[in-house]
Amino acid sequence: MMRGNEKCALARTFRIPMSLTRQDVEKIAHLARLSITEHEMPVYVTSLSSIVNFVDELSRVDTGSVLPMAHPLDGQQQRLRPDVVVDRDNHVKYQENAASVQAGLYVVPRVIE
Amino acid sequence: MLHTLTLAELAARLAAGETTSVALTRHFLARIERLNPALNALITVTADAAQNAAAEADLRLAAGERGPLLGIPLIHKDIFCTDGVRTSCGSRMLDNFVAPYDATVVARLKAAGAVMLGKANMDEFAMGSSNETSYYGAVKNPWDPTKVPGGSSGGSAAALAAGLAPYATGTDTGGSIRQPAALTGVTGIKPTYGRVSRYGIVAFASSLDQAGVFARSAADAAAVLKAMAGFDPLDSTSVDVPVPDYTALLAAPDAAGAPLAGLKIGLLREFFDGLEPRNAALIHAALEVLTGLGATTQEVSLPNLPLSVPTYYVVAPAECSSNLSRFDGVRFGYRCAEPKDLVDLYKRSRGEGFGAEVKRRIMTGTYVLSAGYFDAYYLKAQKVRRLITDDFRAAFAAVDLVIGPTTPTPAFGLGAKVEDPVTMYLNDIYTIGANLAGLPAMSVPCGFVDGLPMGLQLIGPHFSEGKLLHAADRFQRATRWHLETARGYE
Repeated sequence: MMRGNEKCALARTFRIPMSLTRQDVEKIAHLARLSITEHEMPVYVTSLSSIVNFVDELSRVDTGSVLPMAHPLDGQQQRLRPDVVVDRDNHVKYQENAASVQAGLYVVPRVIE
Repeated sequence: MLHTLTLAELAARLAAGETTSVALTRHFLARIERLNPALNALITVTADAAQNAAAEADLRLAAGERGPLLGIPLIHKDIFCTDGVRTSCGSRMLDNFVAPYDATVVARLKAAGAVMLGKANMDEFAMGSSNETSYYGAVKNPWDPTKVPGGSSGGSAAALAAGLAPYATGTDTGGSIRQPAALTGVTGIKPTYGRVSRYGIVAFASSLDQAGVFARSAADAAAVLKAMAGFDPLDSTSVDVPVPDYTALLAAPDAAGAPLAGLKIGLLREFFDGLEPRNAALIHAALEVLTGLGATTQEVSLPNLPLSVPTYYVVAPAECSSNLSRFDGVRFGYRCAEPKDLVDLYKRSRGEGFGAEVKRRIMTGTYVLSAGYFDAYYLKAQKVRRLITDDFRAAFAAVDLVIGPTTPTPAFGLGAKVEDPVTMYLNDIYTIGANLAGLPAMSVPCGFVDGLPMGLQLIGPHFSEGKLLHAADRFQRATRWHLETARGYE
């Protein structure tokens, strides 16, 4: 079985590009559903590369068998509440913030032809 | 000089009928009108609603009701949802968003009789350390208008430092209360993660976000925190731990001549590596005050603490990219003109609605969470987060609280760090550790460098807010740094 630090060393060798290309940033922007203008693109290629380089410092840390920590108050149980209706129907008020509403429904461009 | 009085003094005047909530509210609204145009500390001023709330508070006072915050004005960071009032989060995305409900913090303070004057400027979606990423423009530091007030709660901090309100709310995900408090010479506290409800706070990084207070003193902060804190079933990570009466804790009598007798303070070695000598000298002078009050000190080391900035800049963007996926141009927020299809609607609404730094963090988060990189970045950062947390735990086995500087330098120039995100991120080097570990932390004014205020940071174990506030209060009884006011704002 491979130890954690060996896995990490492999990741460092094979997986992590030290700088991002324009194609990388275009792919990330698509995944994040963000339009990026021609003017913005070179700035993001440079700055995202420098951030990726910066956080790559973590790959040099031996985290061996350390368990990942997702929550600052470790061990806290997620609470469950009784399965009863507590919310009121506020959809009219909430939809006042929507760009386009018809008959209580949110309007978006046609999805199915 | 109503704007220099403590909350206890204001409450006493209201109780004695020497002033009214309406008069107080008018005083602060007049200062906002006169002083805010140069500072840009507020995005929205709610003058009419404030006068109505003040009139209601006066009725409660006249009926004999008393309370530490009843009838006293405040300013909320524009990240807190306020029913019927625009909640922009400093973003074009939410420029047209009128919150349909109150955040729990807002509701609790409202119930305590607090009077909201308006909503404070902030870095867009709380992502920034200088308040320069706001869609509504940069906030100026009252101590020097060419300098930043810090961020992300820069508007709250600047407003308080300028005497535009007796106190203000903020949120702190990586230092966003403590850093601007330090750079504007006010007192700020970020409580333990889970101590104050996150319900109704526009989410940035859910495992790090925590609401807190900007005040003129630790004693003022104690009164406000008591009103804000406590279990809230509407926040799934709210902690059901009783809230002590912080004000009573500060009022308890001291051992003669040694108010901090028995307090063990750890001096964080890693916080002094490379710290400019003048800044280090201020922290050592503060330490002398604390030992003079009876505290004992020893050096402590948190060897993994230098990793907190890269850890944070994986964890926070990852959570941000997930949280901000809700802004889709459909249900609320900005929508682009004439979308040709649904993907175009998403992409352009988000591309045009978010500013440069928010887009950078969403993309960083998307990258570290994407297939093939998740283990190397996100999982790795979560493991290092545990190492940092364990370092703190080990330190708190030996000492009651740890201290160091809040920031590496005093306020920097507007525009000085906007070009290079990594340089900007490094400004959070001393504050991020407490967020990663979920610890309560404070910044209190401790002196000046080049005429600009600096902050002393105190960090304690989970739920030690009382201890932090007590130490800070006794420090402030022995010093006058927190009473200094920027010229022109006396």
